Amino acid sequence: MAKTTPLHAEHVALDAKLVNFAGWDMPINYGSQIAEHRAVREDAGMFDVSHMRPVDVHGPEARAFLRHVLANDVAKIDEIGRALYTCMLNTRGGVIDDLIVYHLGRDWYRLVVNAGTAEKDMAWLHGMAEHHEVSVEEFQDSAIIAVQGPKAADKIACALGEHAERAASLRAFRGFADGRWSIGRTGYTGEDGYEIVMAAEDAVATWQALHQAGVVPIGLGARDTLRLEAGLNLYGQDMDEDTTPLESGLGWTVAFEPAERDFVGRNALELARELDDARKLVGLVLGTRGVMRHGAAVRPAGDEHTSAEDTPGVITSGSFGPTVQCSIALARVPVAWKGEVEVSLRGTWKTARIVAYPFVRKGRSRIEPTPD
Amino acid sequence: MSEIPKDLSYAKTHEWIANDGDGTVTVGITEYAQGSLGDLVFVELPEAGTKVSAGDAVAVVESVKAASDIYAPIDGEIVEVNEDLDESPERVNEDPFGQGWLFKMAVNNADDLDGLLDAEAYGEIVEAEES
Repeated sequence: MAKTTPLHAEHVALDAKLVNFAGWDMPINYGSQIAEHRAVREDAGMFDVSHMRPVDVHGPEARAFLRHVLANDVAKIDEIGRALYTCMLNTRGGVIDDLIVYHLGRDWYRLVVNAGTAEKDMAWLHGMAEHHEVSVEEFQDSAIIAVQGPKAADKIACALGEHAERAASLRAFRGFADGRWSIGRTGYTGEDGYEIVMAAEDAVATWQALHQAGVVPIGLGARDTLRLEAGLNLYGQDMDEDTTPLESGLGWTVAFEPAERDFVGRNALELARELDDARKLVGLVLGTRGVMRHGAAVRPAGDEHTSAEDTPGVITSGSFGPTVQCSIALARVPVAWKGEVEVSLRGTWKTARIVAYPFVRKGRSRIEPTPD
Repeated sequence: MSEIPKDLSYAKTHEWIANDGDGTVTVGITEYAQGSLGDLVFVELPEAGTKVSAGDAVAVVESVKAASDIYAPIDGEIVEVNEDLDESPERVNEDPFGQGWLFKMAVNNADDLDGLLDAEAYGEIVEAEES
């Protein structure tokens, strides 16, 4: 029996198409995934992401503990109210999870972790916490609503009541806690917006107030195309426990400086940096019709002797991008590859080119036309 | 339960078939099929003049979620395709039984039409898949 969020009845009332996602019964769309995608790029949309878990780390050693278990350095967010994107690594340098950590108060940090990994994350964090004077606790009976889009800031005001003014003044990657609420100016779409953590009992009223204000409900389908266009990784597809941040386009999130900071996975990553068999995550744009999908093989252009089974290149996330109006993907390939590649789509090789991502920034495509 | 018009015939692979009464049929995908696929982004149609056998994969509809083959429901020849879908694949989602038709084909043997499913039999297939 799949778990349900405090907003489940709202999704049913809105006639959402529901699917099982990481053990949760979640809306994939409320009608048209593409219309939902556009609503977030052009206006404002809201996502029920209550399947994600807020985890609070309290205690005099909270900072030292997180400097050890997270690959990015929470010393960058010593100022209360700042937030940071980071990976949590195993000793092999593989990614246990990716998360945003908010510094919400004195000796208090909140991690928001993925639904599919929450259980193992908690086990890992509890194990690591044994040697530190900290408590690690899930915020039970919580709900999370993400409001995203260029009009998100205008439209959340009436739904947030007493918190509205503070929320409006937040800058990007800042957040605050007030009672059982925490609000961060963060997201997963490449647009401006907020992620709002609240007690489960406040979820329905907040959702309905946002809906009244004209914020459009958005399913997980559009969440995926939005994050892909924005070049944001999805845990379990673009990286996992067997891949490092360095080969997942997340090298920028690993704080190797200061050199004396001992974080889990550091030794393995330093070794990996020395090796020459490295792979990298690249953006791909398909030059023809068709859609690149997760798991499709990638080979250098014109390399007819390499079969789909033998090639070291693979699509980690692929879809059709409604804003860019063509198929885009993230692919893991050998570091030396550049320029054109071929992707195996339904048995035929189609040409794609390696591009810098994000594919979309602030609502606009950044893909340059193919050079002739 | 999605709409299943009584005056059409069906294939178990979710195509609908309208008898045009002049030796040709019009073929599309059902309301249930478009709903399962989600928003279509590409439709690849056969060339007019292509001779096909029942069960041949003759077209591809590709949505944000997945690509799906469309099969010829009977033996015959493709005589016309819905070229509007090239620019506007969303017509299939918006109006699967009308403007979202895929292709028309001349039928080799009119008796073959009797072998297709009626609305009731197709409805049972949809019900079984939904449960």
